[in-house]
Amino acid sequence: MRVAAALRDAAITGLVAAGLFLPLVALRTDVSPSGALFIRTRWSDAAILIALAVVGRFALVLWLGRKIPVASTESAWWEEPLRRAGKFFTPVLLLVAVALPWLPGTGRYELDLGILVLTYVMLGWGLNIVVGLAGLLDLGYVAFYAVGAYSYALLAQYFGLSFWLCLPLAGILAAFWGVLLGFPVLRLRGDYLAIVTLAFGEIIRVVLINWASFTGGPNGIGGIPRPSFFGLPFSMGGEAGSFAHTFGLEPSPLHRVVFLYYLILGLALLTNWVSIRLRRQPLGRAWEALREDETACRALGINITTTKLTAFALGAMFAGVAGSFFATRQGFISPESFTFIESAIILAIVVLGGMGSQIGIALAALIMIGGFEVFRGLEEWRMLVFGIAMVVIMVLRPRGLVSSRTPTVALGERRAISGALVGEGRG
Amino acid sequence: MAYALQQLINGISLGMIYGLIAVGYTMVYGIIGMINFAHGDVFMIGAFTALITIVLLLSGGMMEGPGAILLVLLVSMSVTALYGWTVERLAYRPLRGSFRLAPLISAIGMSILLQNYVQVSQGARVKPLEPIVRGGFEVMREGGFVVQLSTIQIMIVSITLSVLAVFTWLVTRTPLGRAMRACEQDRKMAALLGVDTDRTISLTFVIGAALAAVAGSLYLIRYGVIDFYIGFLVGVKAFTAAVLGGIGSLPGAVLGGLLIGLIETFWSAYFSVQYKDVAAFAVLVMVLIFMPTGLLGRQEVEKV
Amino acid sequence: MSQAAILSVEAVTMRFGGLTAVNAVSFAAERGAITAIIGPNGAGKTTLFNCITGFYRPSEGAITLHHEGRDTALHRLAGHKIARAGVARTFQNIRLFQGMTALENLLVAQHNRLMAATGFGIGAVLGLSRYPAAERDAIDRARHWLEMTALLDRADDPAGSLPYGAQRRLEIARAMCTEPALLCLDEPAAGLNPRESEALSALLRSIRDGGCSLLLIEHDMSVVMGISDRIVVLDHGAKIADAAPAVIRADARVIAAYLGEGDEE
Repeated sequence: MRVAAALRDAAITGLVAAGLFLPLVALRTDVSPSGALFIRTRWSDAAILIALAVVGRFALVLWLGRKIPVASTESAWWEEPLRRAGKFFTPVLLLVAVALPWLPGTGRYELDLGILVLTYVMLGWGLNIVVGLAGLLDLGYVAFYAVGAYSYALLAQYFGLSFWLCLPLAGILAAFWGVLLGFPVLRLRGDYLAIVTLAFGEIIRVVLINWASFTGGPNGIGGIPRPSFFGLPFSMGGEAGSFAHTFGLEPSPLHRVVFLYYLILGLALLTNWVSIRLRRQPLGRAWEALREDETACRALGINITTTKLTAFALGAMFAGVAGSFFATRQGFISPESFTFIESAIILAIVVLGGMGSQIGIALAALIMIGGFEVFRGLEEWRMLVFGIAMVVIMVLRPRGLVSSRTPTVALGERRAISGALVGEGRG
Repeated sequence: MAYALQQLINGISLGMIYGLIAVGYTMVYGIIGMINFAHGDVFMIGAFTALITIVLLLSGGMMEGPGAILLVLLVSMSVTALYGWTVERLAYRPLRGSFRLAPLISAIGMSILLQNYVQVSQGARVKPLEPIVRGGFEVMREGGFVVQLSTIQIMIVSITLSVLAVFTWLVTRTPLGRAMRACEQDRKMAALLGVDTDRTISLTFVIGAALAAVAGSLYLIRYGVIDFYIGFLVGVKAFTAAVLGGIGSLPGAVLGGLLIGLIETFWSAYFSVQYKDVAAFAVLVMVLIFMPTGLLGRQEVEKV
Repeated sequence: MSQAAILSVEAVTMRFGGLTAVNAVSFAAERGAITAIIGPNGAGKTTLFNCITGFYRPSEGAITLHHEGRDTALHRLAGHKIARAGVARTFQNIRLFQGMTALENLLVAQHNRLMAATGFGIGAVLGLSRYPAAERDAIDRARHWLEMTALLDRADDPAGSLPYGAQRRLEIARAMCTEPALLCLDEPAAGLNPRESEALSALLRSIRDGGCSLLLIEHDMSVVMGISDRIVVLDHGAKIADAAPAVIRADARVIAAYLGEGDEE
């Protein structure tokens, strides 16, 4: 019976797949040297895709029956162990992070990757304040990242301010932009807020591209000062006053990388510390309450606008700080680094991690950015895989890796709250 | 004066395209309350299907007359509708009744997927298409400036209007339209009354995609260049149009599309071309702040 | 109005488009008393209630809270300031923070007091000293109300997992944690069984005896008649009676409103 159903479904799938793939895969439009378009056929590619769809569907129906895979919001099997192991797992993860530069086999590449992952961990934790805790859907988070990066680059270029001064300044400027944007739009309901923040992200990018006299336009800004070790430059010459000379070390390009690594680790941990602490404070609780039920908050005398604004501004601030770190690390920034896709990746990290879960987000960043690296060889296929992964993960686990919520306070024992009960905000 | 008239003509023909896409956003939003983030990319698929069909017809020497254009539209509509159906089936249906964020993230994933799928299958290079439809009328002449009404623009307006007429008939006069409106009012109740809600939602996506395919084909014929990335910006602007007109309102979507097209054209003509996208977004922000229900949207009374 | 009134409603009218939901209703809620608003479906009870608690702004009229020697014009205040002025409310369709524990729900209710103690968030992140004491106080207050509502053993359970009756009680506890002068209850007995209704009546009485005034909309007549000190009856948006329960029971217009029109519950 089931085989018959599977065969029939597979046949239908084959027809649909043929309709999908025959025009767009088998018939490829190419531009000839003369500039005219012509069609290059690739029947075999399309045939392979159709066959995959047919076989896949057949196997799926045979295995699972005809029911559609249902999105599960229940706690997954790994959550309870993960939570229980949390006391032990988190320090281990932290220890590995701290020890990474000294582990055998860690070279320049591993450190760079570590820096990249930690940057996204920090961004994820920052956005989590907005999306995960306060339940405000922000699709333009990268705008604040850009504000931070350009703040540092421009402050250093025009006023010669040092990195250590610019780091908090970039955060404050980004937070300021967060308030400026947030004030008019935060009373909008959920999806509208998402679109407005997306539009805002695009506006910032268009301005960065077109205001060439100030921002360098599409060419970006180069020669951004590299960070110093609290005033001691990392120079290759090893002259007096440099980092290597002061500490009596052999000058090495790795010094700066290791320093950057610890810098971003520190910044990420700061973000984490602030969010964990705030979550146990009235402000953080009000954010979560807002996510659960805005109307009830109002009836309890909570000022919704300012509470949302604090979340928005704080999230923006961390993005700004991360942005100025990005600028100093790269030494070069351009609008290309701040596209919508960047916002989407950060949001995906937060959602995949399980909104509100610090450890989940760190793991998600590790998996996504690490996975991205693994697929580096795939070039243009990489984003395709990324898109597929995003859909599949959402369909199977809409609430992310860690869907349960830990209470912030308890009279007795703190027990995890199932994700099925936790709200996600209207905003 | 002549310059403004020319902008008006250009703005209306661009606005029609936005309007067609906006209808898709507004329908889906009305019926399942989600922003179909991938809709802009469905429009892009429509443009590519039209491109492939046109190139095929050209190589066969058959790209002649209105019949060929009709054929292009039909092929593009059917293939794109299939894409719309598949997108809904794979990425949204399993998430029905789930958390609100999940379908949105899934939609963003779908958007990335479609873009990169076309990039891989059709190449990242911009596709230039020679003009298919030539000619036009001289509407008026003032000084050295000639106001042109091109055949393409007439075509865009007439095709859009006839497609919208069919669509309006479909929504207001057929059982399918009734089912759609019932689902929009109250999906649970509609299901209890025997409406096949899954099928109705599927058909909503199919119709929305077909309309987007018309928009994609017209866009291709009018502007002659497309790439895999056009869906993003056009999509966001069409969504803006839907919001401007009042999301959930079908006439509103068309009206909003026209307004966005006009704003964008006049802004580029009189202020700055570089910031034309900013203009559209600024309008979106203003509308949402001062008129959250849009021009023709329903007022929402908070129920406590 | 009299010195004894906690709340005076004067000629409040609320229109939605062309529809007048509440038409020039005036009444006063006595301090330290339970005032009930009753009326057939569609009489405008909930609308009036939403005007008092700041969810709607009345088209005309004035609503004044007399508390701590001050008169506060509620109809001019923004939503969240009404609660700060001393009016707390519950909702007909329970609105708890489902994913948060009962205890957390009660702490959120004390947000404004706690926020002040944290130096508006900044001090608390840095671990300054005033906050822990304030939080202990807040937890004590929460514990008190959990005890009053017989929910102490469910303190660490998510609000969404509590049984229906417990959720209703928790919502009352949460409202009480804002330390209101006036507690407004929107159909607190809806969906409760007779035993639970009785417990609710006792709870409401003890809240009144604790010094808080109450205003409630209720359909359950046994609850209303049992606990109310005064009853205001609305019909078609207008007030038709305003008296003690015994008088209301005998009022011909009230009986007509409930029995004469065939749209009663």
